[in-house]
Amino acid sequence: MALYSEKVMDHFTNPRNVGVIEDADGVGEVGNAVCGDIMKIYLKIKDGIIEDVKFKTFGCGSAIASSSMATEMIKGKPLSQALELTNKAVAEALDGLPAHKMHCSVLAEEAIRAAIKDYYDKNGIEYDKSQFPEPHDEEEHPTEE
Amino acid sequence: MEKRTVYADNAATTAMSMRAIEAMTPCFMKIYGNPSSLHSIGQEAKEVLVDCRERMAARLGCKPEEIYFTSGGSEADNQCIRSAALLGARKGKRHIVSTAFEHHAVLHTLDKLKKEGFEVTLLDVHNNGLITAEEVRAAIRPDTCLVTVMYANNEIGTIQPIREIGRVCREMGVIFHTDAVQAVGHIPVNVAEDNVDMLSLSAHKFHGPKGVGALYCKKGLPLSTLIEGGAQERGKRAGTENIAGIAGMTAALEEACEHLEENMERLTKMRDRLIEGLKKIPYSGLNGDAKRRLPGNVNMSFEGAEGESLILYASAEGICLSSGSACTTASLQPSHVLMSLGLPHEVAHCSLRITLADTNSEEDVDYMLEKLPKVVERVRNISSLWDDYVSGKIPHVLGGKTQG
Ligand SMILES: Cc1ncc(COP(=O)(O)O)c(C=O)c1O
Repeated sequence: MALYSEKVMDHFTNPRNVGVIEDADGVGEVGNAVCGDIMKIYLKIKDGIIEDVKFKTFGCGSAIASSSMATEMIKGKPLSQALELTNKAVAEALDGLPAHKMHCSVLAEEAIRAAIKDYYDKNGIEYDKSQFPEPHDEEEHPTEE
Repeated sequence: MEKRTVYADNAATTAMSMRAIEAMTPCFMKIYGNPSSLHSIGQEAKEVLVDCRERMAARLGCKPEEIYFTSGGSEADNQCIRSAALLGARKGKRHIVSTAFEHHAVLHTLDKLKKEGFEVTLLDVHNNGLITAEEVRAAIRPDTCLVTVMYANNEIGTIQPIREIGRVCREMGVIFHTDAVQAVGHIPVNVAEDNVDMLSLSAHKFHGPKGVGALYCKKGLPLSTLIEGGAQERGKRAGTENIAGIAGMTAALEEACEHLEENMERLTKMRDRLIEGLKKIPYSGLNGDAKRRLPGNVNMSFEGAEGESLILYASAEGICLSSGSACTTASLQPSHVLMSLGLPHEVAHCSLRITLADTNSEEDVDYMLEKLPKVVERVRNISSLWDDYVSGKIPHVLGGKTQG
């Protein structure tokens, strides 16, 4: 299928890290059913390292592939590094996304951020609020036909 | 079951029939002349053109001079609507009645006319995907110059009461156009019996070639031109005629009409078998009326399973389908057709359209009934929304019952 790169199709067909962590240390959920994309990320954190990560995503092929790729990119990494993950890096790792699907990679970045914030909040850990801007409003994304 | 390729996206386009290809080949090889040329080779092409126009007219129940060949359904829609609007404007009538779930070839033309000073009433469709003739009557005003209602919908396949709507328009003295692109060649269409003044059709929806179609315009109704130039199509549509395309379309329409009854009966059974089988998937629902729909159209939603993901996993199994989810439209809005039924966004995002044609077999249905429940399950297993339904965090919206 020419719409997506082979990488996207690989991650869509064999998504990595699908699932739920019952006793997760941080959970982040972004997107909504109205827009057709919801991403939920579960983190298991030990000594500031992401020991395990799982995701569940309601959305299109690129949303599932972005979740899969993003979780692979942060697994085993320190939180500080996970916080540096950008949507562009996720899209590049997937060998690119079509322009109107870029918001899927944005959701992946935001879901990870939201999960880390949840972990900080739950554990009373101080953090720089500016690192956690409000998740994007879906309306801002391009809607060209 | 052994893996196979199942093309079940026939509302998007169809495979060409052998008869259509055979009708076209001589037009490339021997009858390559320009019908406007006076020499023998040109006149041969002219003969094909005249012959095709007569045969098309015979199938549609009109006179040959009421048929105009176009580049497809979109052009036919544009030209019919603009002609009626221009005619109305000359009489000071600038109001048009249509429905919210027309094809974009109609809706976008109406949007443009709005910018040019026309007023458009888009009737809401009921949640079964139908409107009534009485609703059309109620929307008609003294300044209404056109009613345009599609014969059959391209996404959910619902068939409108065209004959009754046509009768209302006749009574009220308003021009009636119907976009019959999805209907012609699939269900009986006869412009005289259906009380239609203008109609659009497209060859590639009934096993003809792409890029060719036709419009019917009742004698006495002045058609205005979209494309200026030579005097082809009695001065109403310039451009050297697509003889091969027209020959292919004519052959395809004849073939479709000759087998109409048997195809309808066979496809209706296949359609209903698919619907019955897929309804066993929990929390699924049929979109559009169960009976008043095209013989080959199945459109269902599967709670928590997003449409594009369904298409891609189905495609990996060799099954070619489409969806009304936002992700397949390059915007964040799900299909305007599904939204017009009053479906919640999350149900519209989770739709799958299966459109069968006579080229499909019972084995195709068996194969889809085996694979598609697994495809839905696969998508749901990744879906956070599905988890929320299952855990009771949010209430189910579909109960496995039929909508409407
Ligand atoms: C209902 C309807 N109207 C119009 C069209 C446009 O036809 P065409 O592709 O020939 O321009 C289509 C098909 O895409 C259709 O389904």
